[in-house]
Amino acid sequence: MIYADNAATTRMSETAIETMTSVMRNEWGNPSSLYSRGQTAKEIIEKAREDIAAVIGAEPREIYFTSGGSEADNQAIISAAELGRKKGKMHIISSAFEHHAVLHTLNKLEKEGFEITLLDVHENGVIVASEVEQAIRDDTCLVTIMYANNEIGTIQPIREIGEICRRKGVLFHTDAVQAMAHIPVNVALDNIDMLSSSAHKYHGPKGVGFLYAKKNIVLTNVIEGGAQERGKRAGTENVAGIAAMAAALKEGIDRMPENAAHMTAMRDRLIAGLREIPHSALNGCSRRRLPGNVNFCFEGIEGESLLLLLDDKGIEASSGSACTSGSLDPSHVLLAIGRVHDVAHGSLRLSIGEDITEEEVDYIISSVKEVVEYLRGFSPIWRDLMQGKREFIL
Amino acid sequence: MALYSEKVMDHFRNPRNVGVIEDANAIGEVGNAKCGDIMKMYLKIENDIVTDVKFETFGCGSAIASSSMATELIKGQPLSEVRKLTNRAVSEALDGLPDYKMHCSVLAEEAIQAALEDYEKRTGVTV
Ligand SMILES: Cc1ncc(COP(=O)(O)O)c(C=O)c1O
Ligand SMILES: [Zn+2]
Repeated sequence: MIYADNAATTRMSETAIETMTSVMRNEWGNPSSLYSRGQTAKEIIEKAREDIAAVIGAEPREIYFTSGGSEADNQAIISAAELGRKKGKMHIISSAFEHHAVLHTLNKLEKEGFEITLLDVHENGVIVASEVEQAIRDDTCLVTIMYANNEIGTIQPIREIGEICRRKGVLFHTDAVQAMAHIPVNVALDNIDMLSSSAHKYHGPKGVGFLYAKKNIVLTNVIEGGAQERGKRAGTENVAGIAAMAAALKEGIDRMPENAAHMTAMRDRLIAGLREIPHSALNGCSRRRLPGNVNFCFEGIEGESLLLLLDDKGIEASSGSACTSGSLDPSHVLLAIGRVHDVAHGSLRLSIGEDITEEEVDYIISSVKEVVEYLRGFSPIWRDLMQGKREFIL
Repeated sequence: MALYSEKVMDHFRNPRNVGVIEDANAIGEVGNAKCGDIMKMYLKIENDIVTDVKFETFGCGSAIASSSMATELIKGQPLSEVRKLTNRAVSEALDGLPDYKMHCSVLAEEAIQAALEDYEKRTGVTV
């Protein structure tokens, strides 16, 4: 099988598995216990906190462990909203193609009286920093913009947005779930106040992540209970998961230069190959893009059947079609960059891994070409397009 | 666990009766590109019997499998039987579909009923 769905999740690295199993087997104490078994577990967590802080340019006390990216997004946004509410600032700026962990949290706040501005992400899937500046008002309490998009891989001008927010005195959160360990991320250089990260997107375990929050920011609890995480996130810590996350992150960042160079070359080869398919289009900017992300729309076919046939050929990928999401609407990300429903249903996301080979890329290209042609062969839409009864969009 | 039953996957991978009938005397097209599934059924009706049927589908795995199964269920059948075809019969013949995919089998039923209406319009015969 060729696994080309690394944006959904990644395979755990050997380092992460070894760290995790060793901690589970040997260091199973509760970090809150005062005897040494507990204190050893506590040390493991604190070492992980230091390691993670060091690689992202933060201080250890600015790192809060969570159950993953979704929880970190929820807590960051709710905390900024609570701080804003106290000052009568109830306006939040975000973008139309954020992850649902962000968008659904914003929906909830909107019902509580917050006003939400969702910025346009344009056809290329890149936010314009000056438009963030224009949208900031006296009552803006938060700007939350993702570092890189999970479907189309476009990288946002985070440093510029961070600089604007600093200057205007507005809190800035970024969902860096897809960016972390894949492109350079540094909270100090990038002017980031809060950041979300999730271990399973960089070869760590699922169900663990962290929230970075600058030291003067008072967080609001999303999970109430014990005094773990400086009282801001209750629950006995996932010691093994946290240790494995730190190991995976360090390894990912160590290897980033070579991995990114290889993946970028493979990505561009894949894009060039798929572009040969008539009436297809790359989704999102080809340059400001994660090294592993390729996302295309093919006119006249539907994404789920494409995925099932690729699966039969040993290729695991994903799509933004309605039928894969279980709703009637295709991906909100593709709609946000202006793809109409008709073509958004025919999307394919290939998120390649670090160990992808040129042969595998070429096999993916020939398989996708074959399957697209086959499906078009009995698509009534394709027939209408070919007979001129319907106009090509792509 | 697979997403679909063996039967669904069989009909999806090897769809029966794919294509167009140039001299079809009953054509039904339902769905739209906006919702992500379109089905087009071509029927050849002779002496109140569906002597041939073919389909074209733009849609997901269950839409393609439902179209394929529906054509098998009506081929060679008298119009009185074809009229009674339901989406339930299609999904049962496929050993079931996931709940959120039932609408795809509904489209198969609707495409065939649309073809029958087309036949009525063309011939003035009430099926
Ligand atoms: C951009 C983005 N944010 C948040 C999440 C949620 O992360 P998690 O699965 O760890 O809750 C994901 C992963 O699906 C993501 O891609
Ligand atoms: Zn469907």
